[in-house]
Amino acid sequence: MTVLADPPSTRAETPAEPRRARRRSFGYPRKASVWTYAALLAVVAGSVFPLYWSLVVSSQTSDAVAKVPPVLIPGGHLFDNIARVFDSTDFAQALLNSFIVSGSVTISVVFFSTLAGFAFAKLRFRGRKVLLVVAIGTSVVPQQLGIIPLYLLMADLGWTDRLAAVIVPGLVTAFGVFFMTQYLGRAVPDELLEAGRIDGCGTFGLFWHVVLPAARPAAAVLGLFTFMQAWNDFFWPLVVLQDNATVQVALSSLASGYTTDYTLTLTGTLLATLPILVIFMVLGRQIVGGIMQGAIKG
Amino acid sequence: MAIPALTARRARLNRLDTKGSPYLYVLPFFLLFGAFGLFPLIYTGYVSFNDWDLLDAGAHEWVGLANYRELVQDPYFWNALGNTLSIWVLSTVPQLLVALWIAHLLNHKLRARTSLRMGVLLPNITSIVAVTIVFTQLFGRDFGMVNWLLGVVGLGPIDWQADTWSSHLAISIIVAWRWTGYNALIYLASMQAVPHDLYEAAELDGASSAQQFWKITVPMLRPTIIFTAVISTIGGLQIIAEPLLFAGSSTPTGGSDRQFQTAALFMYEQGFREFRFGYASAVAWTLCLVIALFAIVNYLITRRIANDEE
Repeated sequence: MTVLADPPSTRAETPAEPRRARRRSFGYPRKASVWTYAALLAVVAGSVFPLYWSLVVSSQTSDAVAKVPPVLIPGGHLFDNIARVFDSTDFAQALLNSFIVSGSVTISVVFFSTLAGFAFAKLRFRGRKVLLVVAIGTSVVPQQLGIIPLYLLMADLGWTDRLAAVIVPGLVTAFGVFFMTQYLGRAVPDELLEAGRIDGCGTFGLFWHVVLPAARPAAAVLGLFTFMQAWNDFFWPLVVLQDNATVQVALSSLASGYTTDYTLTLTGTLLATLPILVIFMVLGRQIVGGIMQGAIKG
Repeated sequence: MAIPALTARRARLNRLDTKGSPYLYVLPFFLLFGAFGLFPLIYTGYVSFNDWDLLDAGAHEWVGLANYRELVQDPYFWNALGNTLSIWVLSTVPQLLVALWIAHLLNHKLRARTSLRMGVLLPNITSIVAVTIVFTQLFGRDFGMVNWLLGVVGLGPIDWQADTWSSHLAISIIVAWRWTGYNALIYLASMQAVPHDLYEAAELDGASSAQQFWKITVPMLRPTIIFTAVISTIGGLQIIAEPLLFAGSSTPTGGSDRQFQTAALFMYEQGFREFRFGYASAVAWTLCLVIALFAIVNYLITRRIANDEE
């Protein structure tokens, strides 16, 4: 959803201090005790449990969800339930819609954020600082409260129930610009740009031949975040895509029947979460690193 | 003859490129934010001074402050605002404290460090819809696991949706579950930047680890704590999806007695169920004002508290 600024804390105030200190320290950070591990494992168990629970329910028959004491082991009915989800709503279309939305938003955010980040980090122009502060500042604007005129605007454009209504407002984000500005400031040496200029590159040439290749690692992290955010986005799609649902909207309508079939709903939940989980399993380390370096808000 | 002319033109083009292109590169962001972020928010102000019916093909009529006059007398609005504040406090305060504690735990020499961090972050990458659906099932009155556990320790089943306090508590748990790990990683990043000599000096002076935590770690984290408090305020006062989905139906009233309808949800109800765009816009602008006010107050308070620790 929204994005935000850096926690003003970490880097600036203590440059290079930790590493030097660690070498001659008494052993910081401290070694973890058994209790530390136990507490952390309990926290992680609490984090994982709701997802594990949706796996349990979605792999059992419908009556299992009402058992006392609760069933805690997955069963063998996962694929029956998945088939049921696809039968009862147009889940395939919703998945496809979400892939289209998240994919196009991701590509666009990475491209335009790198472009703007390049300008902010490496080019000199009047008003650069002010514009950067304004760009970062926009992330605290409570945009959810502007949905009424936004809806009127989309209705005027004839975009209601069209994916463009969700894609276009997300094509570049304040967070992306901020993230790329930070990264490119560190990762692209000025000498490299200077060399490119001497070779006759124009500004866009520099961007294309020097900056884009150098930005690849950060672009991957930004792309992941953007994809996950776009995939999980719910409120605006709910308002504007009544009859052309994304996966989160489809999921919410599964859950809001007069009586909720929880086996069906939690199977849908599992399906909708799966792509995100796969990304997280493969690239979780980078995602954790990205959050700790720059404050990312999902 | 031709060559100097060509060079001059190239130099001019070059100057244009270096002077002009940076603006061109940052333009997409500002255009997009202007069109889809700032303009709607400002236009909300205009709409709020109108009687604006969505069903009537956007017909509208200037009514001045009528929507705001109605708003201050609307018990449903005040109810929603009260619910918002209650859920915000219940979710934010414990969330940030627990996050601080988890960050402290993670700030040790650990095996499987990355896996533990990923485990802590997992809730934050799952969608609000998925999270709320699962928790709504867990909080189910008849077959929910929470009530089953309460039954095991001899407490009666609770109809979580039915009462104000229980629904607020459940929704706060859902919100906090999703955000605690994220905040813990933010705190952890700051903790790692605290110079170790401070702890060594404290240790030599015989400070206990609890004393070190409160006298060194927390004050050093001050900017980060302020940051998370302000961001949680801006996000927490806009909560809408959790109460909408927690009701288990698509009615945006936040329960039969509006016991857990938040202000943003009230805005959604007025706009997209009652089709009163003008009135909903007045709600939106008022809420914006409340958020700005609380963010500022919160900034001042956390700054004061963190200062006192020093």
